[in-house]
Amino acid sequence: MTYFGDVAALARKDILLELRSRDTLPAMLLFVVSTLVVFHFALPSDSSDLAAGGLLWVAIVFTALLGLTRAFAAEREQRLLEGLVLAPCDRSAIWLAKGASVMAFLLLAEAVALPAFALFFAPVDATLVAAVLLADIGIAAVGTLLAAMAAASRARELLLPLLFLPLAIPVIVGGVGATVAEEPARYLGFLALYDLLFAILSWASFEYVVTE
Amino acid sequence: MIVARGLERRFGSKRILRGLDLDVGERDFLVVTGPNGSGKSTLLGLCAGLLAPTGGTIDVAAERDEIGYLAHEPLVYRELTALENLDLYGRLYRVPERRERIGMLLERFLLWEARHERVSVFSRGMVQRLALCRALLHEPRLLLLDEPYTGLDPSGGTLLDSELEALRGARTIVAATHEPDRLGKLATARLDLARAA
Amino acid sequence: MWLRNNRGVALASTAALLLLGGISLAFFWVPDDVDQGFSQRIFYIHVPVALTAYACFGWGAWKALRLLWTREVRYDLESYTAVHMGVIFGILTLVTGSIWARISWGVWWSWGERQLVLFLVLFLFYSAYFMLRYSTEPGPRRERMSAVYALFGVVLIPVSFLAIRLAEGFIHPTVFTRDGPQMAGSMFFVFCVCLAGTLTLAGALYANELLGKRVDASLRELEEALA
Repeated sequence: MTYFGDVAALARKDILLELRSRDTLPAMLLFVVSTLVVFHFALPSDSSDLAAGGLLWVAIVFTALLGLTRAFAAEREQRLLEGLVLAPCDRSAIWLAKGASVMAFLLLAEAVALPAFALFFAPVDATLVAAVLLADIGIAAVGTLLAAMAAASRARELLLPLLFLPLAIPVIVGGVGATVAEEPARYLGFLALYDLLFAILSWASFEYVVTE
Repeated sequence: MIVARGLERRFGSKRILRGLDLDVGERDFLVVTGPNGSGKSTLLGLCAGLLAPTGGTIDVAAERDEIGYLAHEPLVYRELTALENLDLYGRLYRVPERRERIGMLLERFLLWEARHERVSVFSRGMVQRLALCRALLHEPRLLLLDEPYTGLDPSGGTLLDSELEALRGARTIVAATHEPDRLGKLATARLDLARAA
Repeated sequence: MWLRNNRGVALASTAALLLLGGISLAFFWVPDDVDQGFSQRIFYIHVPVALTAYACFGWGAWKALRLLWTREVRYDLESYTAVHMGVIFGILTLVTGSIWARISWGVWWSWGERQLVLFLVLFLFYSAYFMLRYSTEPGPRRERMSAVYALFGVVLIPVSFLAIRLAEGFIHPTVFTRDGPQMAGSMFFVFCVCLAGTLTLAGALYANELLGKRVDASLRELEEALA
């Protein structure tokens, strides 16, 4: 199917660009570890492990923001999005490919963050990993679309956090709930619902964000 | 091929194009002139479908895969090689016999030797030639060129001359330029946006 | 005939009538609530205002959908104005809710009040809507992005509400019990009058602002044509 062929070609391009420039991923890795260290100093000594669990999600969301801000950087600087939009491929393929690469970076950052968290604060269990995976899908889906919006505006780096954070609140609730509550299943289900709704919405509306 | 009536495009409160009427037939060669800010790039963007009119209408009888656009920006990824750039666009435009076509274009525009080098090390002339390759890659029926001679050295300019000479009559071409004399002999129609404003 | 030509005035006066009537009824006629006493009366303003805000956001999303569907420029202004109205009524919801909390329990804010928390989240979201519009050049691009964002907002409303409910599973905010009025017939009537009033007010403000914006736009076009 040419649709997935397009997605693959575009995703390959994004990964290749990151491997060559190597600026986004190292920054995300360093940022998430630094944030966790800051949390140690920010948590008074009688805070529970649960509080740390909550803060982990803050770290993930802000690290994701860092990655998302860079997501359309190349396209933005050189007006390359025009080149992609002109092509006969479905515009949602651009979203899917970019979202997939954002997700890849996020997973790599978490592959470092979760062990660091286990080392500094509290052990990590399968539920947490599942929650992180589900949350990543939602973050990548919505974040990619919003990043494209921000890229078209004047305020760019300032605008993306403002657009993203209100939409990230349900993800944080789902994630923290899955981490600390007694019945994590409800929260995992909620994350799946969020992913479904917003992925479909983002996929369908990306076309309208990048064209006139 | 292109029909515009009362075409208007506004940016914020500034109107760049106002009430433009245009008729470009198949295989015409339209040369668009005008000072900076008169809307040459805007007009091409409207023809390409990148911009939507804020007033009036424009109809282009070509699909996205039949339009080749050479923009103000080269639209190539600086951290990818020439070959990787063209391969990406070749896939997106579903170019048949992609490798052969890419090879042929790179050779024709004297970029074959540099095909494995990243665009970031290219000279301005090389980048422009690569952009031309990108625009011509899928053998578009409609070619939109925004100041195609920018950055080209004399030999590059000659290459472009012969390329346009070959395409004239076989394709529809709209070219915006600061050097109307160079394209003068090829043009079948002219549009001066300074006067149309 | 007169009604059609003077729609704005008709709307505004209907709104004034309904609201004045509704509020008077709410404060003087309706019986005290069994549990909460006099302070409960602010419910007659707080909830209609909240529902009106939802209605405005929904209307804005509908107009946004119409814009994406038909590409007609007028829907952009209509969607934007509806969202603007929604934010105004949203702020009113937060204010009236806060006053009610203060009167009832002595606190200006309670994380246990789901409606209040939801409106806080929505306020953040729709404020970003204005930031988005402010930092993008006017044109087809801005219209479409605003429309998509307005659609996201409407999906966010139920999702956020669900999230807030779920969050109580681990946040355990102090929930001040408020049974919600068991509405006797007279209370329901007054509630409906107030609701009709706030909706009409929103409609009147919407029509007024839309007219103003359209006049501004025509004026700008005239200035340009003459320049």
